[in-house]
This record gives sequence, C-alpha cells and structure tokens, in this order.
Amino acid sequence: MKLPIYLDYSATCPVDPRVASKMAEQMTMEGNFGNPASRSHLYGWKAEEAVEDARRQVAELVNADPREIVWTSGATESDNLAIKGAAHFYQGRGKHIITSKIEHKAVLDACRQLEREGFEVTYLNPREDGIVYPEQVEEALREDTVLVSLMHVNNEIGVINDIAAIGEICRAKKVIFHVDAAQSAGKLPIDLAEMKVDLMSFSGHKVYGPKGVGALYVRRKPRVRIEAQVHGGGHERGMRSGTLPTHQIVGMGEAFRIAREEMASENERLLMLRNRFWDQIKDMEEVHINGSVEQRVVGNLNVSFAFVEGESLIMSLKDLAISSGSACTSASLEPSYVLRALGVNDEMAHSSLRFSFGRFTTESDVDTAASEVRKAVEKLRELSPLWDMYKDGIDLNSIEWAAH
Amino acid sequence: MAYSDKVIDHYEHPRNVGRMDDKSDNVGTGMVGAPACGDVMRLQIQVNDDGLIEDAKFKTYGCGSAIASSSLLTEWVKGKSIDEAEQIKNTAIAEELALPPVKIHCSVLAEDAIKAAVKSIRDKRGQAADDVQEAG
Repeated sequence: MKLPIYLDYSATCPVDPRVASKMAEQMTMEGNFGNPASRSHLYGWKAEEAVEDARRQVAELVNADPREIVWTSGATESDNLAIKGAAHFYQGRGKHIITSKIEHKAVLDACRQLEREGFEVTYLNPREDGIVYPEQVEEALREDTVLVSLMHVNNEIGVINDIAAIGEICRAKKVIFHVDAAQSAGKLPIDLAEMKVDLMSFSGHKVYGPKGVGALYVRRKPRVRIEAQVHGGGHERGMRSGTLPTHQIVGMGEAFRIAREEMASENERLLMLRNRFWDQIKDMEEVHINGSVEQRVVGNLNVSFAFVEGESLIMSLKDLAISSGSACTSASLEPSYVLRALGVNDEMAHSSLRFSFGRFTTESDVDTAASEVRKAVEKLRELSPLWDMYKDGIDLNSIEWAAH
Repeated sequence: MAYSDKVIDHYEHPRNVGRMDDKSDNVGTGMVGAPACGDVMRLQIQVNDDGLIEDAKFKTYGCGSAIASSSLLTEWVKGKSIDEAEQIKNTAIAEELALPPVKIHCSVLAEDAIKAAVKSIRDKRGQAADDVQEAG
C-alpha cells in the first residue's frame, strides 16, 4: 500500500496511465509535436487533428457540439472567461449578477472584480443542506440581471445543484447561465442538448487528465457571446488566444473519453467505497456529515468530528492525504467559508475533514483510513477539554468564551 | 506545513494530560481560548501551602502547536512557585518549540492559561482567607 493513502481526489487526481501514454505521444520529434495553428505542413495538420479529436471527446461527455468547446488553461480561466466575458459583452442589458456564497474562489473573485467595475452581485446563501434551490434564483432575478453563475457540484461538500431547473428559469428570463462543472464532469450525467446552460467550465485534472488544461462550453443555439479576456493570435474563434498545448488537450480528451465510458461503473464502485468507509465511523458519537447526503456526488464525504480540531486531526492522520475545513494553517484563522455559509458553526467547521475517493482508491485504503480516523479522533478527544465538558453535559454554547 | 521535531514529540507524546478536581482548594484552573477560534486550553495546577506547583495537568482542543505549547507548559511549571510560573513568557515557549509566525498565538494562549490558573488559585485562597475571617 502506498502511503500516505490518497483521499483528496476533489483537489486533484493522478493522471490515468492511459491518458499519460497518449500525452507522451504528443511531444517529441518522433511524436505529434506540431503547432495546431500551423496550416502549411503535415506537422501542424496532424496536431490540429489531435486537438479536434480531443474537442469531440470533451463535447461527447456533455452532449455538446465540438464547436462549442473552447480550450483554456483550466477551470479557473474558464470561470473568469465566462463570467467577465459574458458580463462585459452583455453589460448594455444590465449590470446585475447572481451567484452563491459557496462558489469556488475563481467565481467569487471574478465577481468581486466585476463589482469594482460597477456591477452589482447578489450572493445567494445555500440552505443548510448546501443546495441553492431554483426558487432562490427566481426570487433574486431582477430586470437588470444579465448573468447567473452557480456551480454544479460544490468542491468541499460535493452537494449537487439542480442546474436543469435553474437553467429553465434563466432561459425564461433571457439571463445567461454559467455553470462551473469542474467537480461534476465525469461524475454526473450532463446533457447540454437538454439542459439550458449557456456557459460551462471544465477542468482536465479533476477527471484524471493533466493539470493546466480546461475548457469552456459556449452555447451556439441560441448563440451566447463573450468578450475575450486573452488577446493574441485569434485562436479558439477569437475567444481565447494562445498556442494550443496539444499534449494537454489530447490528455484531457482521452480523460473525458474514459470518463464517459466508465462513469456508471465507477460511480457504483465509489458509492460502495464511501458507504464502506462511513459504515466504519458512523457509530462514533457526535460525527456529522456536512451537506445533503442524498444530493451529493458519490466520491465525497465531508464530516465534522465534534470536539476535535481539524488541523491536529490531520496531523494525527499522517498516513492519509485529506483536506480540512479548518483554516488554522492560514493566517486568518477563519474556517471554511463554505461550511459557514451552510450555518455550520465555527467550531464544527474547524472540526471538519473532507474525504474524496477516486479511481485508484481500494477497499483496503478505506478500511485503513476508517480505522486511523477512529483512533485519531478518540486520541484527540481524550485530549480535548470540550469533550470533557460535553461528557459532563455542559452546553458549550452556554459558556462565554473570550474570543482571541 | 512542517512542524518542528519538538512540536511533533509533544503532540505525539503529550505530557501530563488529564484533569483535576476543580473544586479542590489546592487546584487552580485556567481555561482560555474559544472553540470558534479553533483552540481552547485548560491548564490545572495543584499548589501546596507554600505556593509551590506540585502537579500540573492539561487538556487542549486545538492544532498541534496549541497542544504542544500546553504540554510543554505543564513540564515547565511543575516544581515552580506560582510567582515564578506567572513570569513564563510566550516568547520562551515559541522559541523552545520553534513555532512559525502563524502559530505564535498558540504560545500566547499558553501564557494566558498559566496566568489564569495562578489567578484562580489566588482567588480561591483569598476567598478561603475571607471565609476563615468571617467564621472567626
């Protein structure tokens, strides 16, 4: 068993070996190294062909037209291009944007930038289960709303928004709808011929492809326009200039092809693994899953272990590679903004761990992880004055703590 | 984040973990921090009639550095008088454990804890002295 056990697939995935070998063929003199934009020789044509094959593979996973796929450097760039690009293009119609408090920073920071440019942004608060409901979007829509940007699946808690329903609402009001699908592509069925989504962001490395490549879906019918953010040689129909990295793109294409073919069986296996893991820890006292259990991707489990602090828990779990909602490692001392938006109190947010399972996770990985987690939580509770107080029946909220 | 060997040692083998009877006249308790901030320390000292700290126990909810700071503190205060213990500075704890700048607050919390524990025993004894006078 390779240690530490990797249970952080929501952060990134190892590249699938099938993807890596395809990528390796796109780099050297013997391989397909050409510039896809070179129109005057075979090397360019071959590279272009590989890029277009990959474009089709990405489009197929989400039932889109390949011409609707624009290559980017990753989901962060896709989010920026979608949000700033659409807001800038349509600002004549209005300057109001709707998003949520638990979006990825790429969305939140792009919105902040637009606020500085004079746009007004409504940040919807998800309900306790972490879901932003369609009626919340409907209520927030105004005459001057031009764009709604919501994530399909949240990166911390794995909870799924009903983007099909939200898309209907936006389309009826002729508002552009952008979805960050970095955490859902390859994990949930997405049908863009059916769903009324106008712009959708994808990441390569969340789907066992390489880092440094992503894509933005830009709807053709009805046509959605965006203003370019990167100017240059007019690549990607002028929406995103820059020489296309053939090896990255081919890798992402292959990764999306594999995801399309294996998603159903993989989801079944991941659900089994997650249940197996949860079954081994759920009988502990004061252990809570953050966010909806039902409306959640199968690879994610975000759990708060009350009365122990997340960073020390991670320190005890040095054989596990996992994430914590405790931001004790940052200077701010602020716990996860996502969990806080759900109404999880600071203490429980500090006590949270995110386990994300993936393609190379085994049964023995989750068994080891569960037993390590139990041991660590028990050890730290023995050390915890809050656990003593809980056991003495003292309500921690009744105490006036001196904030520091 | 990389921890110093000393932090890891205290974290993996915390000294003097436990709790004392807070109602005892010989026990001073300092509870500092807040759950919402991610750390709470409870430091308890058992003090004899000469004002010497005979034993110390702690429990801490917090990061590794917070646990190590309080564990180290219990080692340092044992055998000291309460006057001496009160003089322990957070900078000495931070230096001994080689805490990085973002973890200095853990050592500050430890200093607060010993000050609070000493104050608690002083208050108790002041209170006890008053009780005696009233009874007399």
